[in-house]
Amino acid sequence: MTTTIKPATDVLENKEPKVKGPKASVYKTNQLNLWYGSNHALKNIDLDIKENEVTAIIGPSGCGKSTYIKTLNRMIETIPSVKTSGEIIYRDRNIFGKDYQVEELRTKVGMVFQKPNPFPKSIYDNIAYGPRIHGIKNKKILDEIVEKSLRGAAIWDEVKDRLQENAYGLSGGQQQRICIARCLAIEPDVILMDEPTSALDPISTLKVEELVQDLKKDYSIIIVTHNMQQAARISDKTAFFLNGEVVEYDETDKIFSNPSDSRTEDYISGRFG
Amino acid sequence: MSVREKYEADLQLLNDRIIELGEFAHRALERSLKALEGHDVDQSLAIMDEDIKANRLEEEINDQAILLIAKQQPVATDLRRVIVAIKIAADLERIADFAVNIAKSTIRIGNDSFVKPIESIDQMYRKTAEMIELVLEAYRDEDIVKAKQIAELDDKVDALYGQTIQELLSVSATNPDKLPQITQLSFICRYLERAADHVTNISENIFYLVKGTRYELNK
Repeated sequence: MTTTIKPATDVLENKEPKVKGPKASVYKTNQLNLWYGSNHALKNIDLDIKENEVTAIIGPSGCGKSTYIKTLNRMIETIPSVKTSGEIIYRDRNIFGKDYQVEELRTKVGMVFQKPNPFPKSIYDNIAYGPRIHGIKNKKILDEIVEKSLRGAAIWDEVKDRLQENAYGLSGGQQQRICIARCLAIEPDVILMDEPTSALDPISTLKVEELVQDLKKDYSIIIVTHNMQQAARISDKTAFFLNGEVVEYDETDKIFSNPSDSRTEDYISGRFG
Repeated sequence: MSVREKYEADLQLLNDRIIELGEFAHRALERSLKALEGHDVDQSLAIMDEDIKANRLEEEINDQAILLIAKQQPVATDLRRVIVAIKIAADLERIADFAVNIAKSTIRIGNDSFVKPIESIDQMYRKTAEMIELVLEAYRDEDIVKAKQIAELDDKVDALYGQTIQELLSVSATNPDKLPQITQLSFICRYLERAADHVTNISENIFYLVKGTRYELNK
C-alpha cells in the first residue's frame, strides 16, 4: 500500500491574520536602480512597504540596505556621483518627479541614524527645532509638542524635570530616544531608522525596540539593522538584500522560520556575512 | 569553511547522541523479544535495570539542545534541527520504555509455555526494528524518502497487530487457563504497535525538519 503524504498543517497558514483587509502601501519601489559612478549599488528593486508596519531591511555590509533607505527620503542625492532609474512611489506620487519638493517629502519622512545625533542644545530646543522652522512660534503650542513628542518616544518621565539641560548630558540610549522624539515633533508619516541601536547597550536597545512596537500604531517604520534577532523581534516584514538585490521579501515569521531562498537561510543562520 | 564551526560541531554531538539513544532503544527492544522467546527472567530484569541509560541520554540531549538555543540562537532549519532533536529523543526514550514493559510481561509469563507459537509477535517486532533502523538512517541523512517508507511499514505493523490480537482472542476461548498469559501477550503486541507509532512520529519530525511543514503520517 502506498501512503499519500499531504501536509497536515502549515505553521504560517494556521496563524490568524493580523489585520482584516489589505493595508495601504506607504512606499512602492518599482524597478529601482542606483549607481555610485560606475558601481551598480541597487539593482531592480521592487518593494511594496505597507503602512503601520515595521519593515526590516537586513543584509551583509555593502549589500545596499543603507543606500536604499537613504533613497526613500532622497538623502542619497547629496552624493554627486549618484544616478538612479525606476521609481519610488510614496503615497501615490513618484518622489523622483520633477514637481516633487524634497522639503515636502522630509516633513513626512523622518530619519533616525546609527549614532544619536542630538543638536548641542537643550532637550527642549532639540524637540522644538523642527516645529520652529516650520513656523510655530507659540510657546504653549511648542510646549505641547515637546511633551507629546517626548512621551511618544518614551522618555518624558526621564527628562521632564530637566528640559533646559543640554541633550549631550544624557546617556546614549536617552539621546537616541531624544532623536526619535525630535523626529516625532514634525508629525511624520514614516520613520526611517538606520541601525538605530547599534551604538546602544542591551537595555537601551530593548527600550528602543519596545518604542518601535508602540510607534507602529501611528507611523510606518522602516529599519535597517545588522542585528538579525532584532529584525526577528520587532518587524512584521523583512527584506533580505544581497549585492544590491532583494533576494527575499516576506513576512518576518516566514523569513526566520522557513525562508524560501537558501541564501536567506545561510545569512540568517550566520553562515556568511 | 563555515563561519559557524562551533555550532556545527555542537549540532553533530547532539545528532550523535540521538543515534546513540536510537541504537540503545533498538537493542533494548531486540533483547526484550529474545528474553520473551527464551522465557528469560534474568535478561528481562537486566533490561529494566539498564533503562536508566535511555533516560539519562534523553536528559543529556535536552540539556545540550537548551544550551545550543541559549548560546547559538539558531533560526530556520538550524532551529528546527534542535527542536526536532528534543522531540525525537522523547520518542526514542519511550520506545526504550516499551522494551521495559515487554520485559515486565515476560517476567509475568515466567516459565508458562506459550499457548501458541509467537511468530506473529516476532514478525511485528521485526517490522518495528526495521522501522527503527530506517528512521535512524533517515534522521542522520535528513532523508524524507526513507521517512516516507516508514509510514508504509507502520501500516504493516498495524495490520499484524489486528491479526495477532484476533489470533490470541480465538485461542483464549479454548484455553481459559492461559488467560493471564494471553493478556500479557496482547499487551506486548500493543507495546510493539505503539513503538512503531513513535517511530512514525519521528519520521513526521524528519519531514518537518527538512520541509518546515507538518505532515501527518500516523493515521
